[in-house]
Amino acid sequence: MHGLVNRAVQTFVCHTYGAERWATIAGAAGLDVPDFEAMLVYEDRHTHAVLDALRRELNRDLNDILEDLGTYLVSHPEVARLRRLLRFSGVTYLEFLHSLDDLPVRARLAVSDLHLPDLVLREHATGEFSLTVGPGIPGFGSVMMGILRAMADDYGALAFLEYHGRSQCRDVISIRLVDVSHAEGRQFELGTPAG
Amino acid sequence: MTGDPTLNAVLHAFCPMHVQIDGTGHITGCGDTLQKCRPGQDLRGQRFLEVFELSRPRKVMSMAALLDRAGSRLHMQFRAPPCTSMIGVAVPMPDGGALVNLSPGISVIDAVRDYALTGTDFAVTDLTVEMLFLVEANAAAMEASRHLNLRLQGAKIAAEEQAFTDTLTGLKNRRALDHVMARLSSAETAFALMHLDLDFFKAVNDTLGHAAGDHVLQQVARRMVQETRDRDTVARVGGDEFVLILNDIDDRRRLAAVARRLIDRLEEPIPFAGEACRVSASIGIALSSQRPDGQIEKLMDDADAALYAAKSAGRADFRFCERRGDPSFHDDLSAANDRREPASRGSQLRPR
Repeated sequence: MHGLVNRAVQTFVCHTYGAERWATIAGAAGLDVPDFEAMLVYEDRHTHAVLDALRRELNRDLNDILEDLGTYLVSHPEVARLRRLLRFSGVTYLEFLHSLDDLPVRARLAVSDLHLPDLVLREHATGEFSLTVGPGIPGFGSVMMGILRAMADDYGALAFLEYHGRSQCRDVISIRLVDVSHAEGRQFELGTPAG
Repeated sequence: MTGDPTLNAVLHAFCPMHVQIDGTGHITGCGDTLQKCRPGQDLRGQRFLEVFELSRPRKVMSMAALLDRAGSRLHMQFRAPPCTSMIGVAVPMPDGGALVNLSPGISVIDAVRDYALTGTDFAVTDLTVEMLFLVEANAAAMEASRHLNLRLQGAKIAAEEQAFTDTLTGLKNRRALDHVMARLSSAETAFALMHLDLDFFKAVNDTLGHAAGDHVLQQVARRMVQETRDRDTVARVGGDEFVLILNDIDDRRRLAAVARRLIDRLEEPIPFAGEACRVSASIGIALSSQRPDGQIEKLMDDADAALYAAKSAGRADFRFCERRGDPSFHDDLSAANDRREPASRGSQLRPR
């Protein structure tokens, strides 16, 4: 598993539950070094062990934890970078949804060995979508739930999301876009402030 | 010029940074994004060449000159700050005017920041936003890589230091000594090699225990470092065996003084858990000048032989290596036998 994925789990736990909690989880997962490097690739078993230890330590459903992780990745000030990169995908939440299919390509342009699961968005009726999340990263569907929810807030859109579970290694999420400009949303300028 | 509403709609959707100029060189219309670059002033009605300075391929000072350059790449910049550079191309219009399409080109990164541009400010088919995504994503990836490199470099330095350090005393270890010797063998400078072996150390270890022994080794190491200079090397090469390399010294009197001072310092009692540990040292000294054939590795044997001689002579003493045919053979004897020479006499060595 790419270090960026493992690192995301680590920073999420550290910022949300504290560094000590992370040390406990890393210990329970049997990590030799309790620190993932974002730009290295690790064996998948480490990721599985960490997620398992995380679920036990927090005593919560893993899908719920991973959804929080998705929300964290977009909304926590410490990781503002990902939110910015996602906002490049479209000017409105609707455009963002329609660009989700390109997300793995975008990720690979940024980090050539980062392979995200395939994403397929289907529009069933006006404002009614389903997103199919392909295999590759365990629990990525739940992470996407959190990301989609947080990005709706970011764009100021009102959307209802529902996780439809997993079949044949694919997660399906239904999205009902009620109002594209429900709230103000956060400002997004293409340029980053100097310095 | 473009009263045609269809053409206007096309221009605004496809070219949000276009400028329409009439036959007199005045701006009659422009795209929203270009107007956004000049907040607080209406571009319409201004003379195009007073808003922009056209610099390349050559200065363009008139409308006729601009039309002359039609179809080719133009370089220009705003005359008023921020003086963003632009590239553009002009197309003549039937009314004698021109349509110019502009782009910040490579200055786009500054432009989006200076003018707070957003995704809606670019044509849908314009790849600028994708390019900006790449710039930012690559910057993030580069930064992560840089952090990784810094951490790896830190770990490498730490590992190397550990590999070359005796963990008990903090002195250099045998491996480090080998490196120093290898470096010296290719250098031209003279140096002396002292092989130092503690006397009565086993007694400390046996009567007061290993903790006392370790403490004595640490104190002894500290004193040896204090009695030598920064550029000298002190290494622990065995249990109670040390090697000192003293650089740029070929003078036996000075070396004798150093050896004497070292032994005196090491003989000072070392307090440990209410006891006073007493050790001494025997030293064998060899000079690089004794091996003019450049066989530096033999110097260790020379110093070893001299140490053996010092031990045989009753310990707590030092001996120079004596090689047959040494020009200063007899001086050595007198220096070596000059036993209780005051530490300061003839010594230019400054303890650190």
